[in-house]
Amino acid sequence: MAIAGRDFRELRLDDMSRNFGTVNALKGVTLNVRRGEFIALLGPSGCGKSTALNCLAGLLTLSGGSIWLDQTRIDRLKPEERGFGMVFQNYALFPHMSVRKNIAFGLAMQGRPKAEIERKVDEALAIVRLSEQGHKLPGQLSGGQQQRVAIARAIVIEPPLVLMDEPLSNLDAKLRLEMRAEIRRIHDLIGSATIYVTHDQEEALSLADRIVVMRAGEVRQVGTPEELYGRPAHADVAEFMGYRNQLRVTAARTGTGVTIRVGNVTLTGTAVEPFVEGEAVAAIRPEDLGVSANGAIEATGESSQYHGDCFYSSGRTTDGADLFFRSDRRLNKGETVRLAADPARVLVYSGGRP
Amino acid sequence: MTGAALTKSADRPPLRVRLKLREIDGVTFLVLPAVLFVVLLFIYPFAYGLVLSFLPKKGGWLANYAKFFSDPFLYDTIWATFRLAIPATLINVLVSVPVALRVRRMRHRRALTTLLVIPITLGTVLIAQGLLIYLGPQGWFNRALALVGIGQVRLVHNYTGVMLSLIMSGFPFTFLLTLSYLTGIDPSLEQAASTLGAKARARFVHILLPLLAQGLAINMCLSFVQTFSVFPSAVLLGAPAGETRVISIAAYQAAYEQYDYSMASAVAMIMGFCQLAVVMLILAGRSFVYRGAVAGGKG
Repeated sequence: MAIAGRDFRELRLDDMSRNFGTVNALKGVTLNVRRGEFIALLGPSGCGKSTALNCLAGLLTLSGGSIWLDQTRIDRLKPEERGFGMVFQNYALFPHMSVRKNIAFGLAMQGRPKAEIERKVDEALAIVRLSEQGHKLPGQLSGGQQQRVAIARAIVIEPPLVLMDEPLSNLDAKLRLEMRAEIRRIHDLIGSATIYVTHDQEEALSLADRIVVMRAGEVRQVGTPEELYGRPAHADVAEFMGYRNQLRVTAARTGTGVTIRVGNVTLTGTAVEPFVEGEAVAAIRPEDLGVSANGAIEATGESSQYHGDCFYSSGRTTDGADLFFRSDRRLNKGETVRLAADPARVLVYSGGRP
Repeated sequence: MTGAALTKSADRPPLRVRLKLREIDGVTFLVLPAVLFVVLLFIYPFAYGLVLSFLPKKGGWLANYAKFFSDPFLYDTIWATFRLAIPATLINVLVSVPVALRVRRMRHRRALTTLLVIPITLGTVLIAQGLLIYLGPQGWFNRALALVGIGQVRLVHNYTGVMLSLIMSGFPFTFLLTLSYLTGIDPSLEQAASTLGAKARARFVHILLPLLAQGLAINMCLSFVQTFSVFPSAVLLGAPAGETRVISIAAYQAAYEQYDYSMASAVAMIMGFCQLAVVMLILAGRSFVYRGAVAGGKG
């Protein structure tokens, strides 16, 4: 019998909130998660994503709201009664136990028969490709291997839900890419739901089925990676998703698009509903803003960074706004360039900056 | 090394660089005060005492030791001391664990630790004095007992009095040490154990206790050495001619009542040997427990 996450239909977070003294770390988070889904909680540090994860694990109690696994209310259960697997940021491997003992711990706590424990541990070790390392102590393993042990320990108890708290943040860049693929592979293999906390938008985009963007304890947007990358619902989400150019503009509807004015420059963009004419923020990704001979925006070059296939440059407009854009050569400081963007890739959000 | 390498050549780095490669430089001299301190205040007096113990007033070079182990009035002090030191150490260390477990989660931890440090600053004599008055025949404790119709309880000038004083003055030490070992254990380990289904008791037995074991062993060594050399409270609160005639009293009497420094040195050496034996025993037991880092990962 292979390792497979315990069956359930739906995990429901209903208006989940948590206060620390007078600080509201989590303000009414509502979310439905289906079995087999990979959800990324994405947001800057202090946005409440780790608090949300700890509430789910039972390590923090809720100040309000509830958590339901199908028909069972679980938010009053202790962590040991929930049976969720959790992978900690620092792995939290038991330093005095061998890799095998670490992985067997959860099964031993459930009082499973010895033969079954041995078999499942073997299987979990095979899944994370560490069959040869079972006898070692965690301290004798590399960071990536420790990470695999932590994952094996969490999945071997066949949890309905696997919680991961920034599991890759302690690894170097190359290993991070490798483990990213591993985590998704293991998720698909065991079929439980995974909730993955990260502040790295690239990680969230590449791993998740759905991304939950959080800010200041609130859910700002829930959507597929494509939705979030292509059309963020709010200017602050856009900023977090890599729309680095955020211009204060005045906007007016014209036919299918919107005309925006920045100082003495007029551009065409796409409105993000709900849209009201007047003060607005135009968000453009650096990769969507390019040097073009007859571009509408004039800027003087500041600096360029080489990125292999192109340069990412920064410049300043005549109004003194900083812009980030693509260029196919290194710009000289003070050089004047003209910039243009596809109207479909200029997202206009009404209202000032939140 | 070849002859060519020995000849002075331009390739050979200067002495300063060669010393630096062996981690010896100007800063190394800063250990001198410490070395001097240890030599003058520990090694020299110890060696002096050891030699002195083999130069008895009369008899062969082992006469002092022979006298000690042939006179029950002397060798019984070893037993009297162990009888106090071992239970006091065990009580102090074992009680410190549950207290520290609770205290590490408290918000006003600093206030409590300050409160517990006070007995250390007071010193054993003041504690003894306080206990004598409070627990004595005319003290508040016995008067209160009399009020509720319970007769006198004898708590001072016997074994109990010394034990109480050893616990009062020793517990803050063991508690603070246990607390610092306990807070050094990464809290995410316990959290991980609980998400894996371990209840509080299992978390303590499988995670905290094994990681705490080495700290408790060190704690026991320190506590034992401290209680084994009990002197003021054994005299003031105990029965220094009877059941709490500890080994340090024997050494004191040899030195300052019989003016036999050689004999006193021998008693002190026997006392040191007893302490060393117990410490070695505890440290040997330590090899059965985990002794590595108590954090969960690379962090």
